[in-house]
Amino acid sequence: MNKNQIFSLIGKELLSEWRQRFALNGMVLYLASTIFVCYMSFGLKVGAIDAVTWNALFWIILLFTAVNSVAKSFIQESRGRALYYYSIASPIEIIISKTIYNALLLLALALVGFVIYSFVMERTNEDGTTFDLLYFLIAIVLGSLGLASSLTMISGIAAKAENSTSLMAVLSFPVILPIILMVIKLSKNAMDGLDRSVSTDEILILVAINAIVFAVSYLLFPYLWRS
Amino acid sequence: MKKNWWKALALILVTYTLLAGLLMDAPRLNILNETIRNLHFHVTMWFGMVILLTASMVYAIKYLRSGQITLDDKSVELAKAGVLMGALGIITGAVWANYTWGEPWSGDSKQNAAAICLLIYFAYLVLRNSMKDEQQRARVSGVYNIFAYAAMIPLLFILPRLDPNSLHPGNGGNPGFNSYDLDSKLRVIFYPAVIGWTLMGAWLANLRVRTRQIERALED
Repeated sequence: MNKNQIFSLIGKELLSEWRQRFALNGMVLYLASTIFVCYMSFGLKVGAIDAVTWNALFWIILLFTAVNSVAKSFIQESRGRALYYYSIASPIEIIISKTIYNALLLLALALVGFVIYSFVMERTNEDGTTFDLLYFLIAIVLGSLGLASSLTMISGIAAKAENSTSLMAVLSFPVILPIILMVIKLSKNAMDGLDRSVSTDEILILVAINAIVFAVSYLLFPYLWRS
Repeated sequence: MKKNWWKALALILVTYTLLAGLLMDAPRLNILNETIRNLHFHVTMWFGMVILLTASMVYAIKYLRSGQITLDDKSVELAKAGVLMGALGIITGAVWANYTWGEPWSGDSKQNAAAICLLIYFAYLVLRNSMKDEQQRARVSGVYNIFAYAAMIPLLFILPRLDPNSLHPGNGGNPGFNSYDLDSKLRVIFYPAVIGWTLMGAWLANLRVRTRQIERALED
Protein backbone atom coordinates (compact mmCIF):
# COMPACT_ATOMS: atom_id res chain seq x y z
CA MET A 1 0.00 0.00 0.00
CA ASN A 2 1.37 3.33 -1.03
CA LYS A 3 0.16 6.65 0.31
CA ASN A 4 1.06 8.61 -2.81
CA GLN A 5 -0.73 6.07 -4.95
CA ILE A 6 -3.91 6.52 -2.91
CA PHE A 7 -3.68 10.28 -3.14
CA SER A 8 -3.16 10.20 -6.88
CA LEU A 9 -6.11 7.81 -7.28
CA ILE A 10 -8.32 10.17 -5.27
CA GLY A 11 -7.00 13.06 -7.35
CA LYS A 12 -7.88 11.16 -10.52
CA GLU A 13 -11.43 10.50 -9.27
CA LEU A 14 -11.85 14.19 -8.46
CA LEU A 15 -10.45 15.22 -11.81
CA SER A 16 -12.69 12.89 -13.79
CA GLU A 17 -15.65 14.09 -11.74
CA TRP A 18 -14.75 17.67 -12.58
CA ARG A 19 -14.43 16.86 -16.26
CA GLN A 20 -17.86 15.26 -16.21
CA ARG A 21 -19.54 18.11 -14.40
CA PHE A 22 -22.89 17.14 -15.85
CA ALA A 23 -22.85 14.04 -13.62
CA LEU A 24 -22.14 16.09 -10.52
CA ASN A 25 -24.73 18.70 -11.46
CA GLY A 26 -27.14 15.86 -12.13
CA MET A 27 -26.69 14.54 -8.61
CA VAL A 28 -27.17 17.96 -7.03
CA LEU A 29 -30.26 18.47 -9.17
CA TYR A 30 -31.55 15.02 -8.22
CA LEU A 31 -31.18 15.99 -4.57
CA ALA A 32 -32.84 19.36 -5.06
CA SER A 33 -35.75 17.93 -7.04
CA THR A 34 -36.37 15.19 -4.49
CA ILE A 35 -36.42 17.76 -1.72
CA PHE A 36 -38.78 19.90 -3.74
CA VAL A 37 -41.08 16.96 -4.48
CA CYS A 38 -41.23 16.23 -0.76
CA TYR A 39 -41.89 19.87 -0.05
CA MET A 40 -44.77 19.96 -2.55
CA SER A 41 -46.29 16.61 -1.58
CA PHE A 42 -46.31 17.40 2.11
CA GLY A 43 -48.13 20.60 1.24
CA LEU A 44 -45.89 22.62 3.47
CA LYS A 45 -47.53 25.90 2.65
CA VAL A 46 -50.42 24.70 4.76
CA GLY A 47 -48.60 23.47 7.81
CA ALA A 48 -45.17 22.47 8.97
CA ILE A 49 -44.28 18.84 9.67
CA ASP A 50 -43.13 17.69 13.07
CA ALA A 51 -39.51 17.18 13.98
CA VAL A 52 -39.51 13.36 13.77
CA THR A 53 -40.83 13.36 10.20
CA TRP A 54 -38.54 16.21 9.21
CA ASN A 55 -35.49 14.31 10.38
CA ALA A 56 -36.47 10.91 8.96
CA LEU A 57 -37.36 12.43 5.60
CA PHE A 58 -34.01 14.21 5.41
CA TRP A 59 -32.10 10.96 5.91
CA ILE A 60 -34.27 9.00 3.49
CA ILE A 61 -33.62 11.61 0.79
CA LEU A 62 -29.89 11.44 1.53
CA LEU A 63 -29.96 7.64 1.46
CA PHE A 64 -31.47 7.52 -2.01
CA THR A 65 -29.12 10.20 -3.32
CA ALA A 66 -26.20 8.28 -1.84
CA VAL A 67 -27.24 4.98 -3.43
CA ASN A 68 -27.61 6.67 -6.79
CA SER A 69 -24.35 8.56 -6.69
CA VAL A 70 -22.15 5.82 -5.24
CA ALA A 71 -23.61 3.22 -7.61
CA LYS A 72 -21.59 4.67 -10.43
CA SER A 73 -18.24 4.19 -8.70
CA PHE A 74 -17.87 0.61 -9.91
CA ILE A 75 -20.96 -0.10 -11.97
CA GLN A 76 -20.48 2.68 -14.48
CA GLU A 77 -16.80 2.11 -14.91
CA SER A 78 -16.02 0.61 -18.30
CA ARG A 79 -14.45 -2.83 -18.26
CA GLY A 80 -11.29 -1.72 -19.98
CA ARG A 81 -10.67 1.18 -17.64
CA ALA A 82 -11.24 -1.03 -14.60
CA LEU A 83 -8.67 -3.49 -15.90
CA TYR A 84 -6.22 -0.66 -16.41
CA TYR A 85 -6.56 0.53 -12.81
CA TYR A 86 -6.12 -2.97 -11.53
CA SER A 87 -2.93 -3.36 -13.48
CA ILE A 88 -1.35 -0.19 -12.07
CA ALA A 89 -2.61 -0.26 -8.47
CA SER A 90 -3.29 -2.83 -5.78
CA PRO A 91 -6.92 -3.63 -4.88
CA ILE A 92 -6.46 -2.26 -1.37
CA GLU A 93 -5.38 1.10 -2.74
CA ILE A 94 -8.36 1.14 -5.06
CA ILE A 95 -10.96 0.40 -2.39
CA ILE A 96 -9.42 2.92 0.03
CA SER A 97 -9.26 5.69 -2.54
CA LYS A 98 -12.78 4.99 -3.80
CA THR A 99 -14.14 4.98 -0.26
CA ILE A 100 -12.44 8.26 0.63
CA TYR A 101 -13.56 9.85 -2.60
CA ASN A 102 -17.16 8.71 -2.11
CA ALA A 103 -17.09 9.94 1.48
CA LEU A 104 -16.03 13.38 0.27
CA LEU A 105 -18.67 13.33 -2.45
CA LEU A 106 -21.46 12.28 -0.08
CA LEU A 107 -20.35 14.80 2.52
CA ALA A 108 -20.55 17.59 -0.05
CA LEU A 109 -23.94 16.39 -1.28
CA ALA A 110 -25.25 16.05 2.28
CA LEU A 111 -24.17 19.58 3.17
CA VAL A 112 -25.74 21.03 0.02
CA GLY A 113 -28.85 18.96 0.73
CA PHE A 114 -28.98 20.16 4.31
CA VAL A 115 -28.84 23.78 3.22
CA ILE A 116 -31.61 23.39 0.61
CA TYR A 117 -33.67 21.18 2.89
CA SER A 118 -33.64 23.52 5.87
CA PHE A 119 -34.29 26.42 3.50
CA VAL A 120 -37.58 25.07 2.12
CA MET A 121 -38.84 22.61 4.71
CA GLU A 122 -40.44 24.18 7.74
CA ARG A 123 -40.71 22.18 10.89
CA THR A 124 -42.46 22.64 14.17
CA ASN A 125 -40.10 22.48 17.07
CA GLU A 126 -41.20 21.39 20.46
CA ASP A 127 -41.16 24.28 22.86
CA GLY A 128 -37.90 25.38 24.38
CA THR A 129 -35.63 23.29 22.21
CA THR A 130 -32.61 24.66 20.45
CA PHE A 131 -31.13 23.19 17.32
CA ASP A 132 -27.64 21.89 18.10
CA LEU A 133 -25.97 22.63 14.77
CA LEU A 134 -22.54 21.22 15.67
CA TYR A 135 -23.91 17.82 16.65
CA PHE A 136 -26.19 17.74 13.63
CA LEU A 137 -23.12 18.31 11.46
CA ILE A 138 -21.31 15.52 13.31
CA ALA A 139 -24.25 13.27 12.47
CA ILE A 140 -23.96 14.29 8.83
CA VAL A 141 -20.23 13.58 8.75
CA LEU A 142 -20.54 10.18 10.43
CA GLY A 143 -23.55 9.32 8.31
CA SER A 144 -21.80 10.13 5.05
CA LEU A 145 -18.73 8.16 6.13
CA GLY A 146 -20.83 5.12 6.97
CA LEU A 147 -22.91 5.34 3.81
CA ALA A 148 -19.78 5.80 1.70
CA SER A 149 -17.87 2.85 3.12
CA SER A 150 -20.72 0.36 2.95
CA LEU A 151 -22.11 1.54 -0.39
CA THR A 152 -18.70 1.53 -2.08
CA MET A 153 -18.18 -2.10 -1.16
CA ILE A 154 -21.73 -3.06 -2.14
CA SER A 155 -21.39 -1.33 -5.50
CA GLY A 156 -18.23 -3.36 -6.07
CA ILE A 157 -20.24 -6.51 -5.35
CA ALA A 158 -23.24 -5.49 -7.44
CA ALA A 159 -21.04 -4.55 -10.39
CA LYS A 160 -20.07 -8.22 -10.74
CA ALA A 161 -23.66 -9.33 -11.25
CA GLU A 162 -26.19 -8.78 -13.97
CA ASN A 163 -28.96 -6.26 -13.41
CA SER A 164 -26.66 -4.39 -11.06
CA THR A 165 -28.55 -1.14 -10.48
CA SER A 166 -31.60 -2.72 -8.87
CA LEU A 167 -29.38 -5.24 -7.11
CA MET A 168 -27.46 -2.35 -5.60
CA ALA A 169 -30.56 -1.15 -3.74
CA VAL A 170 -31.59 -4.65 -2.67
CA LEU A 171 -28.14 -5.49 -1.31
CA SER A 172 -27.45 -2.21 0.38
CA PHE A 173 -30.64 -1.26 2.22
CA PRO A 174 -30.66 -4.00 4.85
CA VAL A 175 -26.93 -3.58 5.45
CA ILE A 176 -27.19 0.19 5.82
CA LEU A 177 -30.14 0.12 8.20
CA PRO A 178 -28.15 -0.01 11.46
CA ILE A 179 -26.15 3.04 10.34
CA ILE A 180 -29.27 4.95 9.29
CA LEU A 181 -31.11 4.13 12.52
CA MET A 182 -28.19 5.34 14.65
CA VAL A 183 -27.72 8.48 12.57
CA ILE A 184 -31.42 9.32 12.80
CA LYS A 185 -31.29 8.93 16.56
CA LEU A 186 -28.15 11.07 16.82
CA SER A 187 -29.50 13.86 14.65
CA LYS A 188 -32.84 13.80 16.48
CA ASN A 189 -30.95 14.31 19.74
CA ALA A 190 -29.15 17.24 18.13
CA MET A 191 -32.41 18.70 16.82
CA ASP A 192 -34.00 18.54 20.24
CA GLY A 193 -30.92 20.23 21.69
CA LEU A 194 -30.51 17.46 24.25
CA ASP A 195 -27.50 17.54 26.48
CA ARG A 196 -24.49 16.48 24.41
CA SER A 197 -23.50 13.68 26.77
CA VAL A 198 -26.73 11.87 25.79
CA SER A 199 -25.40 11.35 22.27
CA THR A 200 -22.03 9.85 23.24
CA ASP A 201 -23.36 6.29 22.97
CA GLU A 202 -24.72 6.84 19.47
CA ILE A 203 -21.51 8.45 18.28
CA LEU A 204 -19.42 5.60 19.63
CA ILE A 205 -21.66 2.97 18.05
CA LEU A 206 -21.59 4.80 14.71
CA VAL A 207 -17.80 5.02 14.79
CA ALA A 208 -17.65 1.32 15.67
CA ILE A 209 -20.02 0.28 12.87
CA ASN A 210 -18.03 2.40 10.41
CA ALA A 211 -14.82 0.78 11.59
CA ILE A 212 -16.27 -2.74 11.19
CA VAL A 213 -17.60 -2.02 7.71
CA PHE A 214 -14.38 -0.39 6.60
CA ALA A 215 -12.19 -3.17 8.00
CA VAL A 216 -14.32 -5.86 6.39
CA SER A 217 -14.26 -4.19 2.99
CA TYR A 218 -10.49 -3.70 3.31
CA LEU A 219 -10.10 -7.44 3.91
CA LEU A 220 -12.64 -8.66 1.35
CA PHE A 221 -12.11 -6.41 -1.64
CA PRO A 222 -8.97 -8.21 -2.89
CA TYR A 223 -11.06 -11.41 -3.25
CA LEU A 224 -13.80 -9.60 -5.11
CA TRP A 225 -11.31 -7.99 -7.45
CA ARG A 226 -9.89 -11.31 -8.66
CA SER A 227 -13.04 -12.30 -10.49
CA MET B 1 -22.77 -45.65 11.36
CA LYS B 2 -19.96 -43.97 13.21
CA LYS B 3 -20.48 -40.82 11.18
CA ASN B 4 -24.20 -40.71 11.83
CA TRP B 5 -24.19 -40.45 15.61
CA TRP B 6 -25.05 -36.76 15.45
CA LYS B 7 -28.21 -37.44 13.47
CA ALA B 8 -29.35 -39.86 16.14
CA LEU B 9 -28.47 -37.24 18.74
CA ALA B 10 -30.54 -34.65 16.85
CA LEU B 11 -33.56 -36.98 16.80
CA ILE B 12 -33.23 -37.81 20.48
CA LEU B 13 -32.83 -34.17 21.51
CA VAL B 14 -35.73 -32.93 19.39
CA THR B 15 -38.00 -35.72 20.65
CA TYR B 16 -36.94 -34.84 24.19
CA THR B 17 -37.68 -31.18 23.51
CA LEU B 18 -41.13 -31.91 22.16
CA LEU B 19 -42.06 -34.21 25.03
CA ALA B 20 -40.41 -32.40 27.89
CA GLY B 21 -41.12 -28.94 26.55
CA LEU B 22 -44.83 -29.61 26.31
CA LEU B 23 -45.34 -31.93 29.27
CA MET B 24 -42.91 -31.06 32.02
CA ASP B 25 -43.63 -28.60 34.75
CA ALA B 26 -43.12 -24.96 33.77
CA PRO B 27 -42.93 -21.95 36.09
CA ARG B 28 -46.30 -20.22 36.51
CA LEU B 29 -45.87 -16.52 35.86
CA ASN B 30 -48.06 -13.52 35.23
CA ILE B 31 -49.01 -12.84 31.62
CA LEU B 32 -46.64 -15.50 30.27
CA ASN B 33 -48.31 -18.44 32.02
CA GLU B 34 -48.03 -21.60 29.96
CA THR B 35 -46.79 -19.71 26.91
CA ILE B 36 -43.34 -19.71 28.49
CA ARG B 37 -43.00 -23.14 26.87
CA ASN B 38 -42.55 -21.29 23.59
CA LEU B 39 -39.02 -20.64 24.86
CA HIS B 40 -38.10 -24.11 23.63
CA PHE B 41 -39.57 -23.59 20.18
CA HIS B 42 -39.17 -19.88 19.44
CA VAL B 43 -35.99 -18.70 21.15
CA THR B 44 -34.17 -21.86 20.09
CA MET B 45 -34.93 -20.99 16.46
CA TRP B 46 -32.90 -17.79 16.82
CA PHE B 47 -30.02 -19.56 18.49
CA GLY B 48 -30.07 -22.16 15.72
CA MET B 49 -30.29 -19.48 13.05
CA VAL B 50 -27.30 -17.55 14.37
CA ILE B 51 -25.24 -20.74 14.70
CA LEU B 52 -26.10 -21.90 11.17
CA LEU B 53 -25.45 -18.47 9.65
CA THR B 54 -22.12 -18.30 11.48
CA ALA B 55 -21.21 -21.70 10.05
CA SER B 56 -22.25 -20.43 6.62
CA MET B 57 -19.93 -17.46 7.00
CA VAL B 58 -17.06 -19.70 8.14
CA TYR B 59 -17.50 -21.82 5.01
CA ALA B 60 -17.56 -18.65 2.89
CA ILE B 61 -14.20 -17.65 4.39
CA LYS B 62 -12.86 -21.16 3.78
CA TYR B 63 -14.07 -20.99 0.19
CA LEU B 64 -12.38 -17.64 -0.42
CA ARG B 65 -9.12 -19.03 0.94
CA SER B 66 -9.13 -22.25 -1.08
CA GLY B 67 -11.48 -21.84 -4.04
CA GLN B 68 -13.05 -25.31 -3.64
CA ILE B 69 -16.60 -25.19 -4.95
CA THR B 70 -17.86 -27.81 -2.46
CA LEU B 71 -17.19 -25.37 0.36
CA ASP B 72 -19.46 -22.86 -1.36
CA ASP B 73 -22.20 -25.51 -1.55
CA LYS B 74 -21.97 -25.92 2.21
CA SER B 75 -22.00 -22.18 2.73
CA VAL B 76 -25.16 -21.57 0.70
CA GLU B 77 -27.08 -24.53 2.06
CA LEU B 78 -26.26 -23.59 5.65
CA ALA B 79 -27.45 -20.06 4.89
CA LYS B 80 -30.70 -21.45 3.48
CA ALA B 81 -31.22 -23.61 6.55
CA GLY B 82 -30.56 -20.53 8.68
CA VAL B 83 -33.12 -18.53 6.72
CA LEU B 84 -35.66 -21.34 7.23
CA MET B 85 -35.05 -21.23 10.97
CA GLY B 86 -35.34 -17.45 10.95
CA ALA B 87 -38.69 -17.64 9.16
CA LEU B 88 -39.91 -20.27 11.62
CA GLY B 89 -38.68 -18.04 14.44
CA ILE B 90 -40.73 -15.13 13.16
CA ILE B 91 -43.83 -17.31 12.76
CA THR B 92 -43.56 -18.94 16.19
CA GLY B 93 -42.92 -15.50 17.67
CA ALA B 94 -45.92 -14.00 15.91
CA VAL B 95 -48.24 -16.76 17.14
CA TRP B 96 -46.96 -16.27 20.67
CA ALA B 97 -47.16 -12.49 20.48
CA ASN B 98 -50.74 -12.70 19.25
CA TYR B 99 -51.74 -14.16 22.62
CA THR B 100 -49.27 -12.36 24.86
CA TRP B 101 -49.00 -8.88 23.38
CA GLY B 102 -52.39 -8.85 21.68
CA GLU B 103 -51.15 -8.61 18.09
CA PRO B 104 -48.87 -10.73 15.95
CA TRP B 105 -46.62 -7.85 14.85
CA SER B 106 -46.07 -4.89 17.11
CA GLY B 107 -42.93 -3.36 15.64
CA ASP B 108 -40.81 -4.47 18.54
CA SER B 109 -37.11 -3.78 17.99
CA LYS B 110 -36.25 -7.47 18.00
CA GLN B 111 -38.97 -8.24 15.49
CA ASN B 112 -37.63 -5.52 13.23
CA ALA B 113 -34.06 -6.76 13.59
CA ALA B 114 -35.18 -10.28 12.71
CA ALA B 115 -37.04 -9.07 9.64
CA ILE B 116 -34.04 -7.05 8.46
CA CYS B 117 -31.76 -10.03 9.03
CA LEU B 118 -34.00 -12.16 6.80
CA LEU B 119 -33.99 -9.38 4.19
CA ILE B 120 -30.20 -9.45 4.15
CA TYR B 121 -30.13 -13.17 3.45
CA PHE B 122 -32.89 -12.96 0.85
CA ALA B 123 -30.72 -10.35 -0.88
CA TYR B 124 -27.85 -12.84 -0.66
CA LEU B 125 -29.94 -15.48 -2.44
CA VAL B 126 -31.07 -12.97 -5.11
CA LEU B 127 -27.43 -12.01 -5.66
CA ARG B 128 -26.51 -15.66 -6.20
CA ASN B 129 -29.22 -16.12 -8.78
CA SER B 130 -28.09 -13.15 -10.82
CA MET B 131 -24.76 -14.69 -11.79
CA LYS B 132 -24.23 -17.61 -14.11
CA ASP B 133 -20.58 -18.53 -13.76
CA GLU B 134 -20.17 -20.93 -10.85
CA GLN B 135 -16.83 -19.71 -9.54
CA GLN B 136 -17.70 -16.05 -9.86
CA ARG B 137 -21.05 -16.62 -8.16
CA ALA B 138 -19.33 -18.43 -5.32
CA ARG B 139 -16.71 -15.72 -4.88
CA VAL B 140 -18.95 -12.67 -5.08
CA SER B 141 -21.69 -14.13 -2.91
CA GLY B 142 -19.07 -15.36 -0.44
CA VAL B 143 -17.82 -11.81 -0.12
CA TYR B 144 -21.36 -10.54 0.43
CA ASN B 145 -22.04 -13.29 2.94
CA ILE B 146 -19.10 -12.23 5.13
CA PHE B 147 -19.87 -8.54 4.66
CA ALA B 148 -23.53 -9.01 5.56
CA TYR B 149 -22.67 -11.10 8.57
CA ALA B 150 -20.36 -8.38 9.87
CA ALA B 151 -23.12 -5.82 9.35
CA MET B 152 -25.68 -8.09 11.03
CA ILE B 153 -23.91 -8.41 14.35
CA PRO B 154 -24.61 -4.86 15.54
CA LEU B 155 -28.15 -5.28 14.29
CA LEU B 156 -28.98 -8.43 16.19
CA PHE B 157 -26.95 -8.10 19.33
CA ILE B 158 -26.51 -4.41 20.04
CA LEU B 159 -29.46 -2.43 18.71
CA PRO B 160 -32.29 -4.36 20.43
CA ARG B 161 -30.50 -3.99 23.75
CA LEU B 162 -30.38 -0.22 23.31
CA ASP B 163 -34.11 0.03 22.84
CA PRO B 164 -35.72 0.88 26.16
CA ASN B 165 -39.21 0.11 24.89
CA SER B 166 -38.76 -3.47 23.75
CA LEU B 167 -41.60 -5.77 24.72
CA HIS B 168 -39.51 -8.91 24.81
CA PRO B 169 -38.94 -10.62 28.13
CA GLY B 170 -35.51 -9.61 29.36
CA ASN B 171 -35.65 -6.17 27.70
CA GLY B 172 -36.92 -2.77 28.67
CA GLY B 173 -37.41 -3.67 32.30
CA ASN B 174 -39.32 -6.88 31.55
CA PRO B 175 -37.77 -9.70 33.50
CA GLY B 176 -35.96 -12.24 31.33
CA PHE B 177 -35.99 -15.94 31.76
CA ASN B 178 -32.85 -15.82 33.85
CA SER B 179 -34.81 -14.24 36.62
CA TYR B 180 -37.87 -16.46 36.16
CA ASP B 181 -36.05 -19.68 36.08
CA LEU B 182 -34.71 -19.93 39.56
CA ASP B 183 -34.52 -23.69 39.73
CA SER B 184 -33.26 -24.17 36.15
CA LYS B 185 -36.33 -26.19 35.15
CA LEU B 186 -36.38 -24.41 31.82
CA ARG B 187 -32.66 -24.60 31.25
CA VAL B 188 -32.53 -28.38 31.28
CA ILE B 189 -34.84 -28.34 28.29
CA PHE B 190 -33.68 -25.13 26.65
CA TYR B 191 -30.02 -25.91 26.06
CA PRO B 192 -30.58 -29.44 24.71
CA ALA B 193 -33.33 -27.96 22.52
CA VAL B 194 -30.88 -25.43 21.03
CA ILE B 195 -28.45 -28.22 20.17
CA GLY B 196 -31.21 -30.45 18.83
CA TRP B 197 -32.77 -27.87 16.53
CA THR B 198 -29.36 -26.71 15.28
CA LEU B 199 -28.39 -30.28 14.45
CA MET B 200 -31.68 -30.70 12.59
CA GLY B 201 -30.81 -27.62 10.52
CA ALA B 202 -27.34 -28.96 9.86
CA TRP B 203 -28.82 -32.30 8.81
CA LEU B 204 -31.14 -30.54 6.37
CA ALA B 205 -28.22 -28.58 4.93
CA ASN B 206 -26.15 -31.75 4.75
CA LEU B 207 -28.81 -33.53 2.68
CA ARG B 208 -29.09 -30.60 0.29
CA VAL B 209 -25.32 -30.34 -0.11
CA ARG B 210 -25.19 -34.01 -1.03
CA THR B 211 -27.98 -33.57 -3.59
CA ARG B 212 -26.04 -30.70 -5.11
CA GLN B 213 -22.90 -32.76 -5.34
CA ILE B 214 -24.74 -35.64 -6.97
CA GLU B 215 -26.30 -33.24 -9.47
CA ARG B 216 -22.88 -31.80 -10.26
CA ALA B 217 -21.39 -35.27 -10.70
CA LEU B 218 -24.23 -36.18 -13.07
CA GLU B 219 -23.66 -33.05 -15.13
CA ASP B 220 -19.94 -33.68 -15.57
